[in-house]
Amino acid sequence: MTCIPKSKFHHPQLPVNDLGLTYRDYEGSMSTLCAGCGHDSVGAAVVQACFELSLPAHRIAKLSGIGCSSKAPTYFLGKSHGFNSVHGRMPSVATGANLANRELIYLGMSGDGDSASIGLGQFAHVVRRQLNMSYIVANNGAYGLTKGQPSATADMGSVMKGGKEVTDEGIDLVSLALSMGATYVARSFSGDKDQLVPLIKGALSHQGFAFIDVMSPCVTFNNHQGSTKSYDYLRDHMESLISADFIPHKSEITVKTEPGVSRDIFMHDGSVMRLKATDESYDPTNRNSAQKAIQKHIDNGEVLTGLLYLQSGSSHLHENLNTVCEPLSELSQKDLCPGSEVLETLNNSFR
Amino acid sequence: MKHLTSVNDFVIKFANVNGTGSASANNLFAKAVFNLGVPVSPRNIFPSNIQGLPTWYEVRVNENGFLGRRGGGVDVMVAMNPQSLADDIAAVLPGGYFLYDSTNPLPNSLRRDDINIIDIPFTDLCRQQFSNTKQRMLFKNVAYIGALAALLDIDFEVFTQLLNNQFKGKEHLITSNTTALELGYVYAKNSFECPVGIRVEKSDAVGNKILVDGNTASGLGCVYGGATVCGWYPITPSTSVIESYTRYSERMRIDPATGQKRFGIVQMEDELAAIGVVIGASWNGARAFTATSGPGISLMSEFLGLAYFAEIPLVLINVQRGGPSTGMPTRTQQSDLIACAYASHGDTKHVLTFPANPKECFEFSADAFDLAERLQTPIIIMSDLELGMNDWLCDPLEWDDAKEYDRGKVFTAEQLDNLKAGERFGRYNDLDGDGICNRTYPGTHPEKGAFFTRGTSRDRHALYTEEGDLYVDNMERLTLKHRTAAKIIPAPIIKINDKRNKMAVVYYGTTENIMPETLLKLEKQGLKFNSMRLRSYPFSDEVAEFIDSHETVYVIEQNRDAQMRMLLINELECHPKKLIKILHYDGMAIPVEAVVGGIINHLGADNTAKTGND
Repeated sequence: MTCIPKSKFHHPQLPVNDLGLTYRDYEGSMSTLCAGCGHDSVGAAVVQACFELSLPAHRIAKLSGIGCSSKAPTYFLGKSHGFNSVHGRMPSVATGANLANRELIYLGMSGDGDSASIGLGQFAHVVRRQLNMSYIVANNGAYGLTKGQPSATADMGSVMKGGKEVTDEGIDLVSLALSMGATYVARSFSGDKDQLVPLIKGALSHQGFAFIDVMSPCVTFNNHQGSTKSYDYLRDHMESLISADFIPHKSEITVKTEPGVSRDIFMHDGSVMRLKATDESYDPTNRNSAQKAIQKHIDNGEVLTGLLYLQSGSSHLHENLNTVCEPLSELSQKDLCPGSEVLETLNNSFR
Repeated sequence: MKHLTSVNDFVIKFANVNGTGSASANNLFAKAVFNLGVPVSPRNIFPSNIQGLPTWYEVRVNENGFLGRRGGGVDVMVAMNPQSLADDIAAVLPGGYFLYDSTNPLPNSLRRDDINIIDIPFTDLCRQQFSNTKQRMLFKNVAYIGALAALLDIDFEVFTQLLNNQFKGKEHLITSNTTALELGYVYAKNSFECPVGIRVEKSDAVGNKILVDGNTASGLGCVYGGATVCGWYPITPSTSVIESYTRYSERMRIDPATGQKRFGIVQMEDELAAIGVVIGASWNGARAFTATSGPGISLMSEFLGLAYFAEIPLVLINVQRGGPSTGMPTRTQQSDLIACAYASHGDTKHVLTFPANPKECFEFSADAFDLAERLQTPIIIMSDLELGMNDWLCDPLEWDDAKEYDRGKVFTAEQLDNLKAGERFGRYNDLDGDGICNRTYPGTHPEKGAFFTRGTSRDRHALYTEEGDLYVDNMERLTLKHRTAAKIIPAPIIKINDKRNKMAVVYYGTTENIMPETLLKLEKQGLKFNSMRLRSYPFSDEVAEFIDSHETVYVIEQNRDAQMRMLLINELECHPKKLIKILHYDGMAIPVEAVVGGIINHLGADNTAKTGND
């Protein structure tokens, strides 16, 4: 049951962050996902990223749809408001929430069924709308709660647990996000915390739409021989051309970057994503270059991970709409209601 | 031959081809009559099409202020569309007037000798007067308005004044429009005996009333009600609600210092996303709304269920059109009552309001935000195409500057800090016994008050549960909240002409337009009724008492299945036999004769004694 609270007892010497909080302060309730579920590792990475960034948890809004992935926000950031909406429709709820209050941090947590199957439309549109949010898909290619049916990200030719081969083309969410105009696009693996945590920190610091496709194996329904979303398959086929380090804006940048191999990209808040590429021909600030590299790896049966594309300084929905800087939810009646005198003028315009 | 005669009491219909610029000319006619102080009700009858199909504009002019559809034929027809000529000439009442473009003479087969045919070669006249093809097409419309000014004795000055206001600063447009008006005016004066039997005379019957469409008033109501977020998807006939909200926000909600907007409007990819935006924004403390019509309601139903169960305020304006499915997208009906009252799966019940005129569109829209936040649930405003897309004569809009927005029960950081030791914030804890609990906005407090909003069952502290007792506890509370709603939503308007009268009529929404005239006609036949105009659902005790105190209640509605009657029977458990259906649902607004005829038929010729007071 998700209502089981975790024990808050912790070692008195646990490290604290700038807010004086420990890692434990960022946890949620006890997980009810299967033991070994990749989603719990994603949640743990979110906790670590928020702890290390010293984010005030109550200023984060967690939004999700329906499915195992969408239950996961209950298990992290217990002091944040959460919204478990309807299947595949989290992006529109996030759009409304963000419109109402541009000052909070929006963290969307979704799954492959939620975002690539039932919610493909809303996913595509929230990307092209440039909503300022971080959107994580815990991607395991299968429906968990309904017991193992393939989702739209299941690769063609892979075999589901019952032995049935997937005959439909799989949707690559990273390629889709790129083509829809996402300005921060990453892929990672729930089993690789070292890679995932900096990617989440970068996403949370990014202004604009940040997307992370996290391969997050389903231990119960999609972790067998023949699956392309199993722990073993992913470990064997993952390729990282670019490693990304997140350097918070407070730290002094001391290490000189080596030209051509490593480059620093300044984020909106002054923090830095330090990218180290092993393939010099791949430019992660160039959309075409990223798209080519992703496609090449798909063709080779490999899963390209890392920060695949980053465009800093891009605009987002509020800027495009030219809304006021203060949250719309906090405007007073005086700011909103034109009053009776104006109405009299309007009445005259109807005569 | 008979010549129909009347002063300030007639129905005129314009038959045009859509996309030819007739709308603004026709509007000019209605506005002129209105400016002469004569009550007028214009009605667009248009196809779901951009260009080329028949379209009509029907105007009822009535000194007594009867604005509903009279029904039957028309007194004056302006026939400018060869496609519909046969139907249009057939619609003229004997003795009526048929004005048409005689550039192509009327075929003998269509001629009627019981009506007055007025031939004016508008196309030829405009061809001679104007050189440009587009002008020739557009000014044909203005020319027939000029002819009507002569034929119906409408003060020409009124038109020039209207043109001067409309095209202020564009002198060439004033000149060319005036030329076109004069073209028709002079031709009519010289060729026919003017005026004909039907005339428009200056009056003071309009008083200080305004002429505005319901959708404009609804959009304006959302501005006054403090809506800052709007997610929407285009659909006829609701689109102009959003256009109105946008227009007035652009005018009145710009931060003077920065030029930035105090509102956010996003056209979404579909209706599901539109209402998703509203839910997300309302959850996060903004006032948010959307507007749609039937097909949009179907798509929004899942989200409406979420908002009901998770208790999120939202305002939804449903401008109803003809259903089911795509139905008649440009025709009117009141056929979404059941779909809205019980929208979504499981046990759901929503709050509906039924505006009957633009003033109520404005008030109900503005007040809906208070109701939604007070009740923490969707408020669905049930307008319709008839009200939304036509201009209506109504009392001026009013706003009380002393009125403060009711933001409902929202716990602040301070209130959370003041919780006593051991006391825990419970999102779904009913502290006041009215079924309404306290909510918190995201981002309020670092330690307290956060909760998980969900569509799954949960306990009083918003924690997931499948415990039957806790589920039932929550559902019972929602029922209690629904009863609370009945006490604060717009009350019915009840008119008792005699307490002993056992006969009554019940109606709602745009049916109001025909009721004064309908009741008068029935009274002339010795039939008197008490009446109740329903303005909201769930029904208050007053509604139940009214129905209980009458033996025969005619429920008048504009749908096939008598949906309001169904709601009354279902919710109040009144005896179905006493609720008599009076229905009209052909897509045109209900006419007076449908109700008068329906009631008389039901009573039966020899049964009228029953109607008296006993």
